[in-house]
Amino acid sequence: MYPDERVTRFVSDNFIPVRVHVRDQAEEFQRLGAKYAAQWTPTILVLDSDGAERHRVEGFLPANDFLPQLALGRAHAEFRRGAFSDAERHFKAVVDHHPKSDVAAEGLYWAGVSRYKATNDPTALGETANSFKIRFQDTSWAKKASVWNR
Amino acid sequence: MANSEIAWQQDLEDALQAARTQQKPVLLDFSAAPM
Repeated sequence: MYPDERVTRFVSDNFIPVRVHVRDQAEEFQRLGAKYAAQWTPTILVLDSDGAERHRVEGFLPANDFLPQLALGRAHAEFRRGAFSDAERHFKAVVDHHPKSDVAAEGLYWAGVSRYKATNDPTALGETANSFKIRFQDTSWAKKASVWNR
Repeated sequence: MANSEIAWQQDLEDALQAARTQQKPVLLDFSAAPM
């Protein structure tokens, strides 16, 4: 169940939603579960239009944690289809709307990568590395971005 | 807004076609929640 209004709105606005139920659609659950290695519920996947997995959430999360995961998944899907400006906007939304979430640092990292991919301007990476000097310093994403420091 | 307001689809192939048309990703939910 998605009882939180923010979640239902975000899902409806940003995704084509598909649900397969472990008991009520047992055959389809088994078929798609084998295809996508979904062995537990809930497992939520973000797929691109070719059916390729772009993000995965396994296990229940409260709405305040689930929403940023959905936003991150939307952003990754845009990135993988090469829509880098849209991806940057979605990754920035993860950081701006969910700054205390587990995935905010990942959003900041990929927002920088997306801007670089959209513009071919390496200053996007340097600026992202500088942002990590004042935010999310103790994350693996800060370490990954540290190579962009000049 | 209630859960029923999400227009869940059940056919993944139809959803992938809609994803191409609407340029949105698919959210595939493997669920055990009450329907």
